[in-house]
Amino acid sequence: MVTVNGEEVAVAGTSIATLLTQRNAPVSNLAVELNGKIVPRSDFANVLLKENDKVEIISFVGGG
Amino acid sequence: MLDRSRNSAVVAEMQKRNVSGSSSKLAAAKVTIAGCGGLGTNISLALARIGVGQITLIDFDQVELSNLNRQQFKFNQVGMAKVVAMKENLQEVNPFVTVKAIKERVTLQNIAQLFQDADIICEAFDDPAAKAMLLENVTTIFPDKPLVMASGMAGIHSANAIKTRKILPNVYLAGDGKSKGTEGLMAPRVTICAGHEANMIVQLILGIEDLN
Repeated sequence: MVTVNGEEVAVAGTSIATLLTQRNAPVSNLAVELNGKIVPRSDFANVLLKENDKVEIISFVGGG
Repeated sequence: MLDRSRNSAVVAEMQKRNVSGSSSKLAAAKVTIAGCGGLGTNISLALARIGVGQITLIDFDQVELSNLNRQQFKFNQVGMAKVVAMKENLQEVNPFVTVKAIKERVTLQNIAQLFQDADIICEAFDDPAAKAMLLENVTTIFPDKPLVMASGMAGIHSANAIKTRKILPNVYLAGDGKSKGTEGLMAPRVTICAGHEANMIVQLILGIEDLN
């Protein structure tokens, strides 16, 4: 299982890009933290999630 | 800008109500604020008042009438470049701080150069994609520079929903995290969020981290 924003999800083996697509997350407005480090968006399709990984999807909203 | 060293008695009086021992550290600090709108103008005003020594403002845009309900511009500044207008406003409030006005859009090509000399980087953008881009690139290029950000300050929801959280070793995020700008942005709540960012910046300058 992979922890995504605090919840356990069975996505070990999938890419970050796939995870974001599954969640309908607007990719341009977010950053992804994997095990405490930001993953560059150019790597979203290449980085595969592993068992026990911790993912935080940091979504931003407009206004400021 | 006026010279601090030639006006030390005046500067001392201006700093009289600052927390004891803070003023010299504030005067030595360099803060770069990306975005000069609702967040950036309010943050920079707070920092200028307490005497942060160097404040750099970055924004490509001009002052518009619809900005005035939350941004620290004056009616007669509509049409001016935001960074030029705000520099004037900051210097009127505190002539002893250095304000740099950079009328540019932050891009992947200029990030390294724009934020090179900052001690602390403040994200004050309107566009969520720009916020995400800045987070990704600042943590890569400048992993040791603190970054203070904001997301979610719209509407007339509870002021108490605006918080500051630490999201990465050097990254702090203020806001309620969800209220979108399309709901409407108004001075009170935007100022609260800007206050969160400014307070965090000041804590970091002084070597404090209190998020309780």
